Amino acid sequence: MAFIEASGLVKTYTPKGAPVVRALDGLDLEVPQGTVTALLGPNGAGKTTTVKVLTTLIRPDAGSATIDGVDVLGDPQAIRRMIGASGQYAAVDENLTGFENLVMVGKLYHLGTKVAKQRATELIELFDLVDSQKRPVKGYSGGMRRRIDLAGALVIKPPVLFLDEPTTGLDPRSRLGLWDVIETLVSDGTTVLLTTQYLDEADRLADSISVIDEGRVIAKGTADELKSSVGGQRVALTLVDPADGAAVRDILARFGTGEPALTGGRTWIVPVDDGPSALSAIIGAVSAAGIAVHDAGMRRPTLDDVFLQLTGHVAEQQEEEATEAPA
Amino acid sequence: MSTATSSGTLQAIPGTPLSRLLSDGWVMSWRNMMKIVRVPDVLVFSLIQPIMFVLLFSYVFGAAIDIPGDGYTSFLMAGIFAQTVVFGSTYSGSAMAQDLKDGIIDRFRTLPMSGAAVLIGRTNGDLVINALAMTVMMGTGFIVGWRVNTSPLEFFAAVGLLLLFAYAFSWVMAFLGMSVRSPEVINNASFLILFPLTFISNAFVPSENLPTPLRIFAEWNPVSSLVQSARELFGNVPPGTPAGDAWTAQNPIATVLIGVVVLLLVFIPLSIRKFATLSR
Repeated sequence: MAFIEASGLVKTYTPKGAPVVRALDGLDLEVPQGTVTALLGPNGAGKTTTVKVLTTLIRPDAGSATIDGVDVLGDPQAIRRMIGASGQYAAVDENLTGFENLVMVGKLYHLGTKVAKQRATELIELFDLVDSQKRPVKGYSGGMRRRIDLAGALVIKPPVLFLDEPTTGLDPRSRLGLWDVIETLVSDGTTVLLTTQYLDEADRLADSISVIDEGRVIAKGTADELKSSVGGQRVALTLVDPADGAAVRDILARFGTGEPALTGGRTWIVPVDDGPSALSAIIGAVSAAGIAVHDAGMRRPTLDDVFLQLTGHVAEQQEEEATEAPA
Repeated sequence: MSTATSSGTLQAIPGTPLSRLLSDGWVMSWRNMMKIVRVPDVLVFSLIQPIMFVLLFSYVFGAAIDIPGDGYTSFLMAGIFAQTVVFGSTYSGSAMAQDLKDGIIDRFRTLPMSGAAVLIGRTNGDLVINALAMTVMMGTGFIVGWRVNTSPLEFFAAVGLLLLFAYAFSWVMAFLGMSVRSPEVINNASFLILFPLTFISNAFVPSENLPTPLRIFAEWNPVSSLVQSARELFGNVPPGTPAGDAWTAQNPIATVLIGVVVLLLVFIPLSIRKFATLSR
């Protein structure tokens, strides 16, 4: 039996004056012990709702879930003694210092004052927060705040860790730093379920990826498996003027084997059979049409392409607050 | 215990549900007291406003309102105390709403702690602020001429009754804070409701002078019972004041105690249940 198992999770919300939202629509999930699974999907796909169910915050309308054989719905208090949760929703207290926050969490896990303080000191060192441990979290940078938040999830050295969009809204340097920390953690055997809307994050951190859309898992596998399931090569063209899009679309459609798709505003991608010859034919046609391009090249499929292929739309990368579940 | 959870995971020290509740409740109270220390605005406003009220009412209205006996200032103090602690309790409502909004409540709810402890800590926080505000007001009152004409025992009974009522009211506000979930709405709504409630009472003027509909409202108003209780226990009831016709006006202390018990019996379980089912 997998370490984390969820089957048939359904959760619906009825916002005032709006149709019923099926945040989870029969979601199944299996996370083997000691592995990292990423839930990948756009805002509103149901990632946060899934984590909220597994961390005992919300009860699903239907379905069941177990962690290490313990029934999440039947014995939430036992689950809480073995999980650590961190992310966009599980905040820290702004008015307490970093150290005080960790001691508070330790005491609330009932470790006793002495152990709680010892563990807080260890974590402050591990997360490189020694210099700021005596300042209220209010004055922390975004990256420091995420680190203290993640540290809070590690207080009991939990066998299972839930990270909900751990790097959303962070600058690239802080993201890399946080990835290093997470990689260190998983190297000593912690089972991790993380959610992300960043394809590169899932690619880098996860052993296995479950792609979620509209409350269901629509594909799963390793990053490589998902990429090869999309198959083939791609040609990508980045335009100087996005207004040339329609013309480029027609050209790409002529030489490609599938629908051309727009990503990132001005980059068009199309699957092709024979990369090099398709690329040169496309460049020829584009320059004959007098269209200026910044960049043209072949690309191996990325998880972006996987997502596009599976859902028919591009993964959202905006850093807006997830609004998938009314808190 | 399975292999996965025993390898290196830190275990809880043994405890009973009661010892857990007490220790969690203490941690949560500590958290809220640290907030008072780190964000002193709340405390400063909770203290400056009553000082201002004591001075303003005492000097502005005191010149116009003639109260037999010790004069208007002594009459006023019980009213100001009641108004201040009732407003002080609303903080539980906006703070619960704010904590929910910030996500810290979700963090607590993923921990194996007692949910009731969050509410106990919250209402204790109000109790501390109210006790501090009372102390400062009493000092100000004594400076401007307030006199207590009864024994220390009755004096402390009055203080205790005011704080107890406010404590029970904090539970009501905590429940509303979790239901409404918007700190701004809670603040504005409580101002709109509590301002008339404290003014259409015997807090600032003797209620027998009010127009009949207002007088009837004032007599049944729980704030009036609280003020009347405190006034009696401080020995600040002006000589010759007729007790109202209502039972509540004639038995203010019993009314307040019954009210406190009812509020606590209803709103403690209601709040704990509300907390347990948040975001479901």
